[in-house]
Amino acid sequence: MTTRLCADAAEAVAGIQDGATVLVGGFGMAGMPVALIDALIRQGAEDLTIVSNNAGNGDTGLAALLAERRVRKVICSFPRQSDSYVFDALYRAGEIELEVVPQGTLAERMRAAGAGIGAFYCPTGVGTPLAEGKETRVIDGRAHVLEYPIRGDVALIGAHRADRMGNLVYRKTARNFGPVMATAATLVVAQVREVVEIGGIDPETVVTPGIYVDRVFVDQVLEDRVSQEARAC
Amino acid sequence: MLTKHQMAALVAADIPRGAFVNLGIGLPTLVADHLAADSGVVLHTENGMLNMGPAAHGEQIDPDLTNAGKVPVTELPGASYFHHADSFAMMRGGHLDICVLGGFQVSAAGDLANWHTGEPDAIPAVGGAMDLAIGARRVFVMMTLFTKTGEPKLVPRCTYPLTGLACVDRVYTDHAVFELGARGVVVRETFGMGVEELAERLEVPLSGFASAEPGRDEA
Repeated sequence: MTTRLCADAAEAVAGIQDGATVLVGGFGMAGMPVALIDALIRQGAEDLTIVSNNAGNGDTGLAALLAERRVRKVICSFPRQSDSYVFDALYRAGEIELEVVPQGTLAERMRAAGAGIGAFYCPTGVGTPLAEGKETRVIDGRAHVLEYPIRGDVALIGAHRADRMGNLVYRKTARNFGPVMATAATLVVAQVREVVEIGGIDPETVVTPGIYVDRVFVDQVLEDRVSQEARAC
Repeated sequence: MLTKHQMAALVAADIPRGAFVNLGIGLPTLVADHLAADSGVVLHTENGMLNMGPAAHGEQIDPDLTNAGKVPVTELPGASYFHHADSFAMMRGGHLDICVLGGFQVSAAGDLANWHTGEPDAIPAVGGAMDLAIGARRVFVMMTLFTKTGEPKLVPRCTYPLTGLACVDRVYTDHAVFELGARGVVVRETFGMGVEELAERLEVPLSGFASAEPGRDEA
């Protein structure tokens, strides 16, 4: 299906169902699709499973979604941060489930989902609490743990630029989980800073081909905020 | 007894020229300050970059460019960017020469514990620690040898939850450098405390000085 250019963030997140698994890109604020998360908060879907590297910071973005009690479970590598107090309180009160996954295994499990791989053996985590209850196998003398794919109903990602075909390029370390999540969900929504005409991105530099991207939303607000922050620092 | 910066300088001196290296969050990040300008060492950050430069200041700060600790950094000429699955494939696939990590405990067999205290109210958070521990060709740990209450951190068996099994090759501490391997725990250098006193305070069997001298690693 062709990529749809959305007029606003509400259109970009329309149709996300209760109980959906939502992959959320970003590493810290780099690549974080803030406008799409804010739109998801307004959209109202609940009982969500969120897959992201972290579990929210401060009071905005993912933390705000958590604070509204809309998330049943978080799958992430690093929930605990200096300002992850919203998640911390919910977790300590037993009001949110947590699955901690080593960061590389988290990425690879989504890669496997997007690549049609049924499961894979991975040496990370062998002998640790995170491998408990999982099948292990010795391959070439080294122990491995069997890991299953993580597939999303939706992926919300941040990228730098899109063309009208949905081809995406990223900027610096804001790339992080975006290209992998874009392959691993049924509905993929990209928040970008600008959309260019077809042919406006050199095909040799496309990182995420448009086949993976269903909806694109231009967030001018984010761009303004980023440049303001860059100036302020 | 060495300061943190003296420990970092010692690690930096042992990194071969041109090596691909990941420096973990915390104490290991100090190593970057002690690499010679012409070392050719290429720093990897697991959030998707090779040839990372020093921390960014003032107008250099770019919200799209951070290290694994989410601190704004800079890029050096020849830098490259890649996504998370590629970044960890690079690590797990044995393409990084050295990883330097912090540690809560290291066992005589080279098991590492550095991610979770296991306390009932602690929220587990692993990040990339387990991938780093088993991925790089060689893993160096930098830590104080004793806790603030004097308990050894080089131990017969880790009591904290493990990060990786038999993955640590060398331990740099404020009192000594230890090589771990087929010969058990070998004391390579000491800083003030003699081998006999170390043997008394640690519960792991120690072999005497290694023949290898510091700074003689080959790339």
